Amino acid sequence: MIPASFDYLAPTSLTDALAALAELAEHGDDAKVLAGGQSLLPILRMRLNAPGVVIDLGKIPELQGISADGDTIVIGAMTPYAAVLASEAVSTHAALLSKAVATVADPQIRHRGTVGGALVHADPAGDVGAPVLALDAELVIAEQAGTTRTVAAADFFEDLFTTAVGEDELLTQIRIPKHTGWGAHYEKFVRVSHQWSIVAVAATVRAEGGSIAEARVGLTNMGSTPLRANAVEQALVGQPATEEAVRAACAQAADGTNPPSDLNGGADYRKHLATVLTRRAVLAAAGA
Amino acid sequence: MTRITVTVDGVKYTDDVEPRTLLVHYLRQNLGKTGTLVGCDTSNCGACTVHLDGHSVKSCNMLAVQADGHEVTTIEGLASDGQLHPMQLAFNDCHALQCGYCTPGMIMQACDLLKDNPDPSEQEIREGLEGNLCRCTGYHNIVRAVQEAAVTMREGGATTDSTAPAQAVTA
Amino acid sequence: MTITENQAPAHEIGRARRRKEDARLITGRSRYTDSITLPGMLHLAMVRSPFAHATIRSISTEAAKAAPGVVSVVTGADIADIQGVNINAWPITTDQVTPTHLPVAIEHVAFAGEIVAVVVARSEAEARDAVELVDVDYDELPVVLDAREALKDEVLAHPDLGTNKSAFWQLDSAAQGSGGDVDEAIEKARTDGILIEREYRQQRLVPGFMEPRSVVVDPTGDQLTVWSATQVPHILRFAIAATMGIPESKLRVIAPDVGGGFGGKLQTTPEEFATIALARRLGKPCKFTETRSEAFVTGHHGRDQYQKLTMAATTDGMITGFKVELIADLGAYVAIVGGGVPVLGAWMFNGIYKIPAYQFNCTTVLTNKPWVDAYRGAGRPEAAFGIERMMDELAGEVGADPLEIREKNWIKHEEFPFTTVSGMTYDSGNYEAATARAKELFDYDGLRREQAERRERNDPVQLGIGVSTFTEMCGLAPSRILGSLNYGAGGWEHASVRMLATGTVEVVTGISPHGQGHVTGFSQIVADRLGVPFEDVEILHGDTAIAPKGMDTYGSRSLVVGGEAVVRAADKVIEKAKVIAAHLLEASADDIEFSGGRFGVKGTDKGLGIAEIAAATFTGHNLPDGIEPSLDADATFDPVNFSFPHGTHLCAMEVDTETGAATMRKYACVDDVGVIINPLLVEGQVHGGLVQGIAQALWEGAVYDENGTLVTGSFVDYTLPSAADTISFITDTTVSPSTTNSLGTKGVGEAGTIASTPAVVNAIVDALRPMGIHDIEMPCTPERVWRAIQGASSRSVDETQRDAAPHFEADQPNQDPSATTGGAK
Repeated sequence: MIPASFDYLAPTSLTDALAALAELAEHGDDAKVLAGGQSLLPILRMRLNAPGVVIDLGKIPELQGISADGDTIVIGAMTPYAAVLASEAVSTHAALLSKAVATVADPQIRHRGTVGGALVHADPAGDVGAPVLALDAELVIAEQAGTTRTVAAADFFEDLFTTAVGEDELLTQIRIPKHTGWGAHYEKFVRVSHQWSIVAVAATVRAEGGSIAEARVGLTNMGSTPLRANAVEQALVGQPATEEAVRAACAQAADGTNPPSDLNGGADYRKHLATVLTRRAVLAAAGA
Repeated sequence: MTRITVTVDGVKYTDDVEPRTLLVHYLRQNLGKTGTLVGCDTSNCGACTVHLDGHSVKSCNMLAVQADGHEVTTIEGLASDGQLHPMQLAFNDCHALQCGYCTPGMIMQACDLLKDNPDPSEQEIREGLEGNLCRCTGYHNIVRAVQEAAVTMREGGATTDSTAPAQAVTA
Repeated sequence: MTITENQAPAHEIGRARRRKEDARLITGRSRYTDSITLPGMLHLAMVRSPFAHATIRSISTEAAKAAPGVVSVVTGADIADIQGVNINAWPITTDQVTPTHLPVAIEHVAFAGEIVAVVVARSEAEARDAVELVDVDYDELPVVLDAREALKDEVLAHPDLGTNKSAFWQLDSAAQGSGGDVDEAIEKARTDGILIEREYRQQRLVPGFMEPRSVVVDPTGDQLTVWSATQVPHILRFAIAATMGIPESKLRVIAPDVGGGFGGKLQTTPEEFATIALARRLGKPCKFTETRSEAFVTGHHGRDQYQKLTMAATTDGMITGFKVELIADLGAYVAIVGGGVPVLGAWMFNGIYKIPAYQFNCTTVLTNKPWVDAYRGAGRPEAAFGIERMMDELAGEVGADPLEIREKNWIKHEEFPFTTVSGMTYDSGNYEAATARAKELFDYDGLRREQAERRERNDPVQLGIGVSTFTEMCGLAPSRILGSLNYGAGGWEHASVRMLATGTVEVVTGISPHGQGHVTGFSQIVADRLGVPFEDVEILHGDTAIAPKGMDTYGSRSLVVGGEAVVRAADKVIEKAKVIAAHLLEASADDIEFSGGRFGVKGTDKGLGIAEIAAATFTGHNLPDGIEPSLDADATFDPVNFSFPHGTHLCAMEVDTETGAATMRKYACVDDVGVIINPLLVEGQVHGGLVQGIAQALWEGAVYDENGTLVTGSFVDYTLPSAADTISFITDTTVSPSTTNSLGTKGVGEAGTIASTPAVVNAIVDALRPMGIHDIEMPCTPERVWRAIQGASSRSVDETQRDAAPHFEADQPNQDPSATTGGAK
C-alpha cells in the first residue's frame, strides 16, 4: 500500500523545523512530524492518516546523540534505539533504559526508530515510556526558536497518544538523572516476540547489603499512559531482596491502574500479570 | 517531486521521486531491484530488509526521500566479485529456504546480526531474526544456516563444506 | 556434433542434494508475479465493502474517473457479462445450497472485503488514490457470524437462499458395511464402559503465505496470458475457460515463482477474474497485487469447525465406537473445494485405530465471513486433532499412559494392509517402530520423571507431555473415488520426458511447485531412472504453454502422483530407446539390458549410453524401420489408492501457572513418509509443517467483532511466530514403503502440520490435568490457560467483545481522524 500524497520538508536545523511547523500551523495545514517513522510509516501506508505535509527531522544533527551533563545523561530526541543500546553511558548510568530499548520491536526497527519519536507517539504499549518515567527523566520541549521548557516525565504523558508536546512544538532532549550502580530489569510479557507489550514492568533498584535501599517501578500498557507503581516502590524500601519479601511488596502493583481489555488480554488478567511481572522484574533488578 | 541521490549496490543514482514513494518501491520500480520483496504493510514481516549505511532496515518502512545521501545494499549487491556471500552459501547448504520470499530479507538481516555478534548463540540468532517472518521453514534450518555462516566467516571466508553449496548454486 | 558421454551417477534417490532452485532465490534473481512489468501496463485497485452484509444502493464513480491517471472505474454491473463467476468444484451433495459468487458484487455483499468496484489507473498509487473517491451507498443488513448461530436460520447470510445450511454429509460404518452401529456402542458404554463426550473448536486460520497474491494479465497476444501467484495454473485456466467465455486454447496461465501457498493459493479468485475482465475490456496489460491487509480479509481462510465427539470404550480402554458431529463454517461462499475440505476428515477421524463402529456427520454452514477452503492439511488436521485429543482423554479417564492406550488400539504392523472402519485401506505402516524411536529421541521416560517431580514439589512451572500418533491420507487422488464424491475433476497427474540431442533431459510436470523443492527431487528421480547426471535434468512446470496438462500442487500429491507420472514417462523413454539400441548394437531387443544409463547386450561388453541413443535418434540416420525419430514420452498417472503417512510426535510444554504462558521445551517426531527421495527436503517440510501446526495450537486465530470486521487483520494482531518464538526440533524417519506407487513414497507436505497441533494441546492439558482441567481452547493463549487454572472456563472470554490494540488506528488523537479507509460512507 502506498501513502496518500504529501509535501515533504527536510529542515536541517531545529530553528528551521520550528519555523516550518509554525508557518504550517498558521495556514491550518495538516502537518506530521517524521522522526524514525517506524510507527508513522505503517499509519501512512494504510492511509489511517493523510497529512498534507511531512516534516522529516532526520537531517537535523543537533537532535542526535548521547552525552553526559554532570549527573545527567542527555539523549537527543532523534537518537535511534540502536545508538542507545550501543551507548556505554546509558548502560552504565541508566541501565533500565538499555534493557527496555533492547526489547523494542526488532533489530531493523531499532536501527531506524528513535527514542524521542516513540515518546511523542505515546503508544501506551511502547517500551520507552515506563523506563523514562521510572528514571525520573525530564523532557526538553522546544516551543519556538530559542525557547524551550522542561517537563518532568510524570507530566509528559497526558493520555493515549497524547503528550505535553504541542502541535507546533518539538521534543528535543531526554534528560535522565544518572542511576549509576542501580540494578535494572525490563520484564516484558508478549505472546510472540515481535508484538507490542501486553504488559511490561520496568524496575530499577539500588541494593545495599542484600536489601533494597531504593526502587523505581514503571508499568507499560497498564493504562492510557505509562504509570509509576509508587506504592510498590515505597513498600520495597528496606526489604530484603528475597522472593517472599518482594512478592508481598509487589502485590499492590496493579492498584490504581486502568489497563485496557483487548485481544491480548482482559483488564483483570493484565492486573494479575502486573503483580507477577513486577515481582520478577524487581527480583531480577536486585540481582536475586 | 523531490530529487534524491542514493547509492544502491555500489551505483549512484539521482532521481526525482514523489515524497510518498517508499524506499522499497523506489528500489523495485525505479531501479528494477526486484530481488527485494514486499510482504506486509505493517513492518512486521521483514521481507523488504536492506542495509542502509551498513545497518539493516525495513525498506517498506521508510520513504525513498529519507535515503537521500545514503548508501543502500540489497540482496542483489551482497555477492562480490562473482563470489556469493557466505550467508547465501549457507542458506543453500542448510536448506534454509523454500518458497524464497522471505529469503532476501532474512539473509540481509542475518548478515547484520553477525556483524554485531560474530559468534551468536542459538537464542541470540533467533532473537536477531525476530523481525523477519518465514512461513515455510519453521526457522530450524535458517538458524542452522546462520550458525554455519558464522563459523565460515570467523574462519575467514571458506565454506565448511566446500563442494556441496558451490555445486548447487552454479546449477 | 560433440556428445559428452555421461557418467553413471551415484544413486541419487536418498541423497541430501542441495536445491537447484536456490541459486536464483538467494541472489534476488527471483520472478514473483508482482515483479513482472509489461509495456503500457495498467494497475488495478479494488473498492471493497467495509460491511459484512449489505445491499448496494448505488455506486458513484464520477469523482474517481476524473482523478489523475485513472483510465477506468467499473462496478460489477458494468462488467456483468464478462466477469465470469467463482466456481465451486465439489458440491458435496446434489442438493448443496451454493450462493452465486460474482467476482465483483452487483447487488449484495456477504462479507467485509468483497469487491464492489474496480479502479484502473496508470500507476498503483493513482489507482489506490482513486479508490477513496468512489462513493458507495450501502444498506446494512444484519450479520450472522457464528456457524452454530447460523444453523438457527434466524439471520440469513444470503436472504434469498432462505437458509444458512449448505449441506449435510454422513458416513456411517453400519450403513456402508465397514463396521458396526455407533449408537449401539455408545449406549453400551453408557451402561458398562467409558463414554467420553467433548466439544472442540477448530479456530479459523489465515494461511499467511509470505507472498501476497498478485495477477498480471496480458491481452495483447493471440493467447491471453495470465501470470498469477497461484498453486493451480491448470485449474485456473479451466475455471477461466469455463466461466468467462474464453476458449481454453486461447488461454495461457503461468505460475512464475510463487511465494508459498499452503492451500491458500489453490483458489480461483475474484481478483484474478476482475483483472482478466478489465485487461480484455481495455486491451492493455493489467496488474493487481493485494496488500497484506487485503490478503487477510479476502483470501480464503482455513479450519473453522465445531467438533462434537463421542467416544465409547471398555473400562480398560479399548475403543468400541466413535461418533463425530461437525459444524463447518464455509464463510459467505462455497469456495472451490470449500465444502469438501471438512468431508475429507470422514476417513481420518478414526486415525490409526481399530474402531469397531463409527459415524461421521458434517453440516456445512454459510456465514458473513470470508470463504473457507484448504489450508495445509485440509480436513485431516481437524480429524487428527479430534482423535488424538480424544485418545489422551481416554488415557486420562482410564488412568493409563497415553502411549499405552494408543498401542492397545492401534493397527499392528503385521496387520497391513488394513481396511479401517471408515472404509479406507491403509497399505503400509509401522506405528510401533516410529513410536519406539520417538520415545528414545525424546527421552520420554526421563521427562515423565521430571513431570512427576515438578508435580510433587508443586513447581510454579509445570511440565506436560503431549502425544500425537497421527496418520493422514495423501496423494489426491484416485479419479474414480473423486467421481463417487461428486468432485468436478480427476486426480491424475501428467509428465513428459524429453531426451535432448545432446543428452540432457527436459522433464515437464503438471504439478506446480511453490517452495517444495520439486525441481531438485524430481531431478534426482529422473537421474536415477535414466542414469543421467542430476545436473543434466531440467524440470519445467507452472506454465500451461510448457506443461499443458496437469492437476497442480496441493494435498501432498506432487511426489506421490506427479512423481509417479515422471517415473512412468521415463520408463517409456527407456523402452523406446531400447528398440533403437538393439538396432544399433545389432542385437535382439530382448537381449538389451538397461542399467546406469547404458544399454548393454547381455553376455557381452557391447553397449551404448543413453546420450548416444539420444544423438542417434536426433539424426535419425539409422533407425529401425517404422520407428519414429523420438525418444520423448508422456505419461498420465491416476492413482488407485491414497497413501497414508504416519508418525509419532512427542511434545513437552512448560506451563507457567502464574502467567498461563506455555513454552515449548522439546519436540521430537518420527515420521514415516515412505521412501525418501531427498532427506533434506523431507526435513524442511516437516520443520515448516510443525511450526504451522504449533502456531494453530498456540498463537493463531482469526477473530471477528460483532459487525463481522476481522479484528486480527494484520501481522500486528494475527500473531505468526518468529524464530524467537520457536525451538529446534528433533526429527527422524522410519520407512514403510507405500505399495501404491513404484517409488514407495507417501507424501510429506502436510504431515508436520497435521501432527503437531494435538501434540501441543495434549501437552498443555497434560500439564494441567491434575488441576481438573481437560481442555484449553485454541489458540492456547496465556490468558486462556490462566483462566482455566483460576477455575473459570477457557470459553468464558468473549473475544468478539474485544478490539485490537490501537497501535495503528484512524481515530486516535495522535492520528488523523479525517483519514478514510476506503470508498465507504
